[in-house]
This record gives sequence, C-alpha cells and structure tokens, in this order.
Amino acid sequence: MNPATWTHQQRVERTIAAIALVVLIIWPAAGWSPYWAHQILIETFLFGIAAASLIFLSAYGGMISLAQTALFGIAGVILGNLATSGGAGGTSKGLHLGWDPTLALVVAIVGTTAIGLIGGAVASRNTGIYFLMITLTYSVIATYTLGQVTKIGGFSGIGGINRYTPGWIGDLLKHPNRLYYIALGTAIVVYVLIRYVVRTPFGVSLQGVRDEPIRMSSLGYAVPLHRTLAFGFAAFLAALAGVLYVWWSGQIAPGNVDLPETISLLIMAVIGGLARIEGAWVGAFAFILMQNYISTSTHIPLVGFGGTLFGGSFNTVIGIIFLVVVIVSPDGLMGLWGRVFESKRETSGGG
Amino acid sequence: MSALAARIPSREQVGSYLTWRRLPALLAFGLILFALVYIFFLAKIPADNGATNWRTTTFGSAYHDPSSFLRVVLDSLTFASALFIVASGFALIFGLMRTVNMAHGALYLLAGYIAYEVQQKLNGSPGISLDTGQVNTWDWLVPLLIAAPIIMVIGLIIQQALLRWNQGQELRQALITIAVAVIIADQIIAHFPRTVSAGAQRFGGNAVDLTWPGWTDRFVNLHVGGVQYSLARLDVLAIGVAVGVGLWLWLYRTKTGMKIRAGVDDEKMTSALGINIQRTFAIAFMVGCGLAALGAVVWASQSNISSGQDGQWLLNSLVVVIVGGMGSIFGAAAGALLYAFVANFAATYLPSTGPDCCTQYSTIVTFVLIALVLSFRPQGLFGRPG
Repeated sequence: MNPATWTHQQRVERTIAAIALVVLIIWPAAGWSPYWAHQILIETFLFGIAAASLIFLSAYGGMISLAQTALFGIAGVILGNLATSGGAGGTSKGLHLGWDPTLALVVAIVGTTAIGLIGGAVASRNTGIYFLMITLTYSVIATYTLGQVTKIGGFSGIGGINRYTPGWIGDLLKHPNRLYYIALGTAIVVYVLIRYVVRTPFGVSLQGVRDEPIRMSSLGYAVPLHRTLAFGFAAFLAALAGVLYVWWSGQIAPGNVDLPETISLLIMAVIGGLARIEGAWVGAFAFILMQNYISTSTHIPLVGFGGTLFGGSFNTVIGIIFLVVVIVSPDGLMGLWGRVFESKRETSGGG
Repeated sequence: MSALAARIPSREQVGSYLTWRRLPALLAFGLILFALVYIFFLAKIPADNGATNWRTTTFGSAYHDPSSFLRVVLDSLTFASALFIVASGFALIFGLMRTVNMAHGALYLLAGYIAYEVQQKLNGSPGISLDTGQVNTWDWLVPLLIAAPIIMVIGLIIQQALLRWNQGQELRQALITIAVAVIIADQIIAHFPRTVSAGAQRFGGNAVDLTWPGWTDRFVNLHVGGVQYSLARLDVLAIGVAVGVGLWLWLYRTKTGMKIRAGVDDEKMTSALGINIQRTFAIAFMVGCGLAALGAVVWASQSNISSGQDGQWLLNSLVVVIVGGMGSIFGAAAGALLYAFVANFAATYLPSTGPDCCTQYSTIVTFVLIALVLSFRPQGLFGRPG
C-alpha cells in the first residue's frame, strides 16, 4: 500500500472510493435524505452483493451464472420459513417454524451454499455460454418450484420476515439506520473477501482454470472441483444478499426470483461491467437510480415517457439501455472508465 | 475438453473410479429403475376409505390402468412434438451460429398473439374464445401464414442489425438477445391482446385462446386399450413429425442444408469455398424463428397464449437443447421426448397424498433429469464433445 507506486488510474480510483466511503458512512448519521439512505442506498448495497457474486464467477471463473437471483431467493425463503412464527405473521404463508432467528440465519446461508455446491457440481464440466444456459434453467426451475410448493410459501410468498431478526441485531423496523450500516458493512466485507479469495492459491488456480482448463487439468488440478467451489462461494455471497433483502423488504415471493428479476440482476452486473468487482455496486446503483427516477421523469416528444416508451413500462426503457450498453461498451461503465485512462496512457506514451 | 486426462487415468484415479466414481452411476441407475417399477407396478389409486400412502397416485400403475397410462404416453408424445417444433428452431440457430437466441421465447409469445388477433379478425372480432364450430381450416391456416412470416422478418432484422457484426462473441450475442427479449416481452404486455369482448377492459398480456378448426374437435378410437384420443392432439403429433422429416430432408438432402451443415463444421473453410455463409446464416435464423412461430400457433391452439409463457418456452427450449445436445435435429428430438416424458410422468405419477404432496414437486424432477444427463454426458445426449 505504497501510494508512490500507484498508477494514475489507481490513485484516482482510490481517492474516489475513500471519499465515497466517508460520505456513505456519515450519510444516515448526518440525517441526509432518509429516502435515499433507506431505499436507494440499502438496495444498492444488497443487490450489489448479489451482482458481485455474478461478476466474481464471470471475471475469475469464466462462468456467467444466471442462478444468483434464484440462490438469493432460496436464502430468503429458507430464512422466512424457519424464522417466522404463525399468528403474528398474519395470513402470510410458509412453514412458520419459529426457530431462533440466529440459527435460522445460519441455516439459510449454509443451506443455500449447499444447494449452490450441488448446482455447481452438475454444471461444473461446462463453461461460458453453456453455463449460462444451465444456470438459467436452474433459475426458472427454482421460480416454478417456489411458486408451486404451497407449503413453503407458494405463489404469494412469505411476508413479515423483518420482524424476526436476531436479538443481537434488534428491531430493524424501528432502527432502519442499523440495517443501513449492516448492509454497508456486509458489502465492504464481501468486496474485501472477494479481493482476498482471488489472491489465495485457490483463487489463482481458478483463474488458471478460466483461461486454460485443459492445461490446468493436465497439471493435475481438479477443474470441475474448482468451478464447483467457486459456484458454492458465489452462492454464499448471494445468500448474504438474500438475507439482507428479506430484512429490508420483509417479504420474499417467487416474483422476486423470476425471469425478469434474474435478468435485472444480469443487467446490473453488465451495466457495471463484468470484468471488475467494483462494477457490481456501480451497476446496481445505476440500475436502482433509473428504476426510481425514470418513472417520474418528464415527457419526451413522439416516443412518450413518464415511465413508458412506445406504451411499454420501465422494462422497455431498461431493455433499450441494456442493449445500448452491450453494443457500445461490453465491459459496462467500468470498461468505459478504464478506457478513459487507457487512451490517456496511449497518447502520453506515443508523445 | 481434457480428453487426454480423461483417457489415461493414473493408478489413483482407477482406484477412485471403482469406489467413488461408480457410486453416482449406480445411484442414478437405481433411481431410474425405481421410477420405472413404480410407474409400472407399484402405483395405486387411493383406497376406498380415502387413505393414502407413498404408493397413492391419481391413475394407479400402468399394469393396473393401462388405458390411463397410454393416455399419458400420448400426452407426452404430443407435448414432445410441440417442444420439438419450437426447440428445433432454437437448436438450428445455436448449432449453426453459436448464437443462444434468448429472444426465442418472446418471439413464440408474439407469434401466438399475432395469430390470435388474425383469427379474431377473420371471425368478426368477438374478443372471446371462438367455438371450434366457427373455425374452418383456413381460419386456422391464415393466422399461421401471417404470424410466421412476421416473426421471420423480425428474426431477420434482429440477426442483420444486432448479431451479424459480432459473430463469434457468444456471450455478447446472448446478452443482446436478452435485451431484445426484455423489450419484446414488455411491448407485448403494452399492446396485446388488442381484441377484447365488448365492454370488457383490456388487460395487457391476458390469456387468450387460439382455436383449432372444427374438424379436429373429436375423439379418435385408437383400438388400443379402448383409448379415445383427441384428434387435435394427434394433429400436433403429425405436425411435429412433419417438421422433423422436413428439417431432415432440408438439412441432409438439399444444397442449402449441405451449406448449413458445412457451416456448422467449419465456417471459415465454407466461406473460403465461395459459399455465401452470411446468406446461409440469415436463412437459418429466419427458419429458426419461423419454427418458434409455428410451435406457438400449434401449441396455443392446444392450450392458450399468455404473458409469462415467453420464459416458460425459453426454459423448454433450453432444457431440450441442454439434454439433447447441440447441433443436431436428432438431439432436439431426443431432448424433447425425454423432457416431455419426464415432465408429464412426474406431474401424473408422483404420489398424490394430499394437497401438499407431491405432484407440485414435478419441476424439480426436470432438474434431476438435467443433472443426470449432464453428469454423464456434459455435452448432452447427442452433442459432440468439446
């Protein structure tokens, strides 16, 4: 960590990151816009974690996973079934086992990771576009299963989960700032954890598996095992995001993990950029900002606006934005950002 | 991939093969065997007093109730036929261009709604489901002949404008088609169905019915186990078989088919031989989208069309192609058959011991099918390794 050795890009990025971190830490304490703090920013932190799990698999494992939303939802459904107790939960469905919330939290995260390991093992001999197709079927199968099995929530899902938080966290409904700091802290821990994992021997050989699976295999590395473990780790991250989500919104339903939601998470990751972990939160922030403000923006002549485009909803707008991003900058906003510095370096090197 | 490493196992690997590697295969074999024994002999209808146990199913075993069993087999065959029509289009595009057309399901949905609008126009736009008696053969064929070309043109536009210039970038193409699918699905909800019954409010993406021609609305005596079976469903089967034979003749007996197969094997060499591979790509993409439209019209006449089926049919196409393997119509046929049989039999022959168990778990069985096939053949049943 010697600033003298940093490149220009690193210096700029780290300055921005430090300023952003300070602003985010003092935001709720300073009492700035609670709507931003409790809606937009918490949502950004937790969806950023889910998007980071997708980007981790893509950037370091060469696997595009569309199952992260499903795993996110599975964690929420497990927590909802275990932690809530009937009666107080009103008419909400689910098993209402009324477990100790801390135990339920641990089981939800461990259980989702285990499901991720199984799914990863099944898909582990494929990569790239095949992996994308296989994980997309996981996602759709999870949606239908959650919707059809009425015992564990069914079509309408489970509500009121945020009333069953562990005692050491306390009542999140009364103290939304607490959830803000938990989400922010988890996001930072997840970022640091991913940066750490990719530097471990496992992380380095995973990148070897990404680039040269045949060579790694002949060197004696278990290629499918590396992919399976990476997928399990990503499932763990998605589970963290899922738990934060049900604490934030209080409810989880098949509608939270269906195809449009799966694609939304992919859009966040792609808008941010599939090559860098930081892109997860950048993409999530951009997506959530658009989601919150496009519907209230002003009218655009001829095509119509105010939430609609050619009569469609937000999805048409985001679809077109996504299309433009993929066509113009496949590496997303982080790719555009990187190109700014690249072109500078080229001109200075040429001169 | 890692073919060499797989073929020359070390002593340790041989040792572990006999113990650990064998276990899943034995378990899988046992599971399949048990499922077959269960369907053929073990399943039972509920007892007279309503008591249920793990052997309770709706129809009972094939041995006990062969005509119901036969009906489920026929249902599976006809569903497989519809799956094949749609998924063969998906497989054709993927096999030739390595493009995963994520908009396949959205095009299916759009074709269904267009056909519905045309059929309604032809019959005075009542806005409600037409009676089979009102619909003659032309009232069914004209919607198909309008919907399919529209979808083919949309497919051509997608291919020429968005996919042609980034050929070979598989992931980018998949993302582009996802964006197109999001836009199409949202626009469908905004604009379809257009025809609603007088006084009714229009709900975007509502379920609507296409109707088979009147002559199909009867049951045929199959003279096997006394089964009377719907002629419309047998038509689905016939259309599926016709599509299969037609595709086979086209791919293996015509010049265009020869070019397509050459393009699948070696795109650069084919174009170096002076074959306009871009034109071949465009034709194959149009035919692939046209098959989605044909499948939509056929299956929407059998069930219905509603928003949300785009995801369902994208899943169907993906499962068929993942299970069957990429690149051949035989793979698509095998995948469609396996998937249809597993899905239908799971929905019918899983134990039904009350509202909470167990037929609603049938989707998980689809996952088991994918898991079994991929564990033993990562490239799918008919896929080529690598």
